[in-house]
Amino acid sequence: MVSETEVPRPQLSKKDFESDQDIRWCPGCGDYAILATVQRTLPEFGIDRDRYVFVSGIGCSSRFPYYMNTYGFHTIHGRAPAIATGIKAARPDLQVWVISGDGDSLSIGGNHFIHVIRRNLDIKYLLFNNRIYGLTKGQYSPTSEMGKITKSTPMGSLEHPFNPIAVALGAGATFVARAFDRDPKTMQEILRLAHNHRGTAFVEIYQNCNIFNDGAFDALTDKESKLETTILLEHGKPLVFGKTRNKGIRLNGFRPEAVHLDEGTYSVGDLLVHDVHRWEPTLAFIYSQMAEDPSLPTPYGVFRAVSKNCYDQDLGTQLDVAREKMGTGNLRALLNKGDTWVVE
Amino acid sequence: MADRSVLTRDEVTIRLAGDSGDGMQLVGTELTNTSALFGNDVGTLPDYPAEIRAPAGTLAGVSGFQLHIGSYDIHTPGDELDVLVAMNPAALKANLKALKPSGVLIVNAEAFDEKGLKLAAYTSSPLDDGTVAGYQTFRVNMSSHTKAALKDTGLDYREMERCKNFFALGMIYWLFKRPMDATIKFIQEKFSKKPRIAEANLLALKAGHAYCVATEAFASSYEVPRAKLPPGKYRNLGGNEAIGLGIVAASQKSGLELFLGSYPITPASDILHGLSRFKNFGVKTFQAEDEIAAISASIGAAFAGDLAVTTTSGPGLCLKSEAINLAVMAELPLVIVNVQRAGPSTGMPTKTEQADLLQAMFGRNGESPVPVMAASRPADCFECAYEAARVAVRFMSPVILLSDGYIGNGAEPWRIIDPDKLPAFEVRKRTEAANFAPYERDEQTLARPWVIPGTPGLQHRIGGLEKKHMSGGVNYEPDNHELMSRLRAEKVRRIANFLPPTEVFGPASGDLVVLGWGGTYGPIRTAVERCQHRGLKVSRVHLRWINPLPNDLGIILKQFKRVLMPEINLGQLVRLIRAEYLIDAIALNKISGQPFTATEIERKILDIMGGSNGERN
Repeated sequence: MVSETEVPRPQLSKKDFESDQDIRWCPGCGDYAILATVQRTLPEFGIDRDRYVFVSGIGCSSRFPYYMNTYGFHTIHGRAPAIATGIKAARPDLQVWVISGDGDSLSIGGNHFIHVIRRNLDIKYLLFNNRIYGLTKGQYSPTSEMGKITKSTPMGSLEHPFNPIAVALGAGATFVARAFDRDPKTMQEILRLAHNHRGTAFVEIYQNCNIFNDGAFDALTDKESKLETTILLEHGKPLVFGKTRNKGIRLNGFRPEAVHLDEGTYSVGDLLVHDVHRWEPTLAFIYSQMAEDPSLPTPYGVFRAVSKNCYDQDLGTQLDVAREKMGTGNLRALLNKGDTWVVE
Repeated sequence: MADRSVLTRDEVTIRLAGDSGDGMQLVGTELTNTSALFGNDVGTLPDYPAEIRAPAGTLAGVSGFQLHIGSYDIHTPGDELDVLVAMNPAALKANLKALKPSGVLIVNAEAFDEKGLKLAAYTSSPLDDGTVAGYQTFRVNMSSHTKAALKDTGLDYREMERCKNFFALGMIYWLFKRPMDATIKFIQEKFSKKPRIAEANLLALKAGHAYCVATEAFASSYEVPRAKLPPGKYRNLGGNEAIGLGIVAASQKSGLELFLGSYPITPASDILHGLSRFKNFGVKTFQAEDEIAAISASIGAAFAGDLAVTTTSGPGLCLKSEAINLAVMAELPLVIVNVQRAGPSTGMPTKTEQADLLQAMFGRNGESPVPVMAASRPADCFECAYEAARVAVRFMSPVILLSDGYIGNGAEPWRIIDPDKLPAFEVRKRTEAANFAPYERDEQTLARPWVIPGTPGLQHRIGGLEKKHMSGGVNYEPDNHELMSRLRAEKVRRIANFLPPTEVFGPASGDLVVLGWGGTYGPIRTAVERCQHRGLKVSRVHLRWINPLPNDLGIILKQFKRVLMPEINLGQLVRLIRAEYLIDAIALNKISGQPFTATEIERKILDIMGGSNGERN
């Protein structure tokens, strides 16, 4: 690994990460906030722009790399994680960020999504989840709610949606988080934690598509309701929420339930205390399911952050071990290997 | 013991056939290596079922290995068989028609019991009902003899039975006066961790040999003298192995690290297996989750500066189409190896075919020019892989290299190349920031610069959307798309400017030229040489590059009255040649999953040349 912190570098600003391309997202799209947050956060890390590679698939979100003044590769639908795998295998020292959407990652690219997580490739993975196909103008996506009326489902979608956090946990993700486009401050904090993680750092970002699925997350982001409908997962802290922080989450068997802390029955001591480093993912999975339950707040923040071997680093190690054991390969010897004979 | 005669033969074709669990491929490979080491030229044709263990004793489970041994430079695995070894009735049934009249037939006689005959759907024993009457048939109870030889090894009957392939090999070694040392060494190494099995196989090998010495079953043995090959140091080389070595050579000569993204598929997996053992050469092999991920990761590695390769067979090439187009648009170097097999769909995974040519040429959306080349022989795979990598890097383009199951699994002696004599492999990665444009182009090749992420100050974005000329920004302007489409096509066409002149084997003009590509090389060459011996004015041209076609090909073809194009498909290159040169080329097609025999092509040449009866004049 090349250490990026050894040499002092000129302090970069948000502007340094902006490319000269005109941004072509619809006015009001949640993508703008995510782009701005990423551009605002990267300078903090003190790493040069030319050491970043943004890799994306296809979809509105996947135009992202064009707007970053870094290296970028806008690839093909669903394949960004696979392309990122090759980039990291070739250059494990680079900072590789995958930008994808719910259709890109969970429909056409579902296979690559789970496998890149399984390998724990050392990348950041931002999934913009707007629960709709935007670029193809409004069909239901694999995260659209059942019964969703769209252009391709005039009588309502018949499909159960994926829960991206649960899929990632199921694939063995070592870092799993959720952020909201309308809460850049928390997003920024999550991006910092993701940056410090070694392995696939998966961040689902609820992102509003104001054209085809406007208001999908209003209940979670509106000032009025969000304190009641969401809960921030913070390491080492009890799961407390509510406008007056008068509610919390306790576990009843395997079922999480919301309880009042001001009615005398329960106190903070009865609540779950979040441990992001918990090795077994069961509790994180239970949290992931809370978003499906209207009686519970939707968790955001970091669900899980554990350490596992990374594919790209182990790949390099194997090469080193092979060179140590067998000596650095010699082409002439290789070609002359095995049974040979001489014709005079 | 009476002296037995030794008959000298210029060439011999042997096929070992048995059940797929009988180890025929293993002993066939040993016979090949031994013959090559002895100094013969060899050509091989492994022919096995796709099922790992089809029901034992059935026709579906028959596995064969054909070997052509020559005292001269031979080019095919042989047409008709001089010797057939049949380990069971099904093997006999599947292979007998390939045996020459009066050919040598060796059968494991005790396998022709009621059960064995029933499994092969024989109603009476072919050994007794006249089926084998026209051949020199030798009935040997191989199972019993093997068990007798192994009685003190402590192995159980099943384990002993599994050694009978080496008994058969021992017989063949006697019959063809082959030294056994190489095989003895092989057995000792292969089974070094299982000394009992090594011991048993050695005993079986020697017992087969001794059986022939002692029993006088065979009245004569055969000698195939050493071939007069060009001087040099040789080794035996299989096609898939050669691709791996060629790619490693390209990596070493270019100084580029090698990345292979692959997904296992018959008959290409051996390239992945081979390269995964070269980690001390810095070779990174990635077994991806699917074919698409395999090529996508390779594209990522190419973007990041590695020599990137992906290997597959036809169905995998279908899946890779979209990603190949990304490499076309992003103009990144990538070698795509397709070891073709019989299709469509899953087809016949272990059988050969040349039917992916048009897929390689055109099987993508949009105007998508991709360089396409084809290897002609197992050893040619080495040079082709090296050249594919060179062209990919020089022209910043994906290159499809077509091999096929026949040459991929086949092997032949290879005169080992001196790495210093390989063509130079220059790599230019741009690092200077002044006046940088991601889609500026080299004047000669039209290649765009290769700029590796991490290069200070050159950060830029690429992707699958149409690129603006020079700047590489996203651009949908009509004139720009027209320009970029033509530039991409012209870039591939210009590869032809760097190709050596096309070789014509035979007179430069005449009555007929046989134009071939890929794995038909051997039978075409043999057939044309036979016709040339007859005094016919026939020449041949064999293409390595199909896209672009060589600049001089049109002129060459027009020097001949007729053009014959044998292909293991229903006529693919012939369409391109007709379209390109307005030549009324004659197609000769075969689509049986088997390579051409030289005789099939020879007959067609004779037909065209006016019904000559085949006598030499």
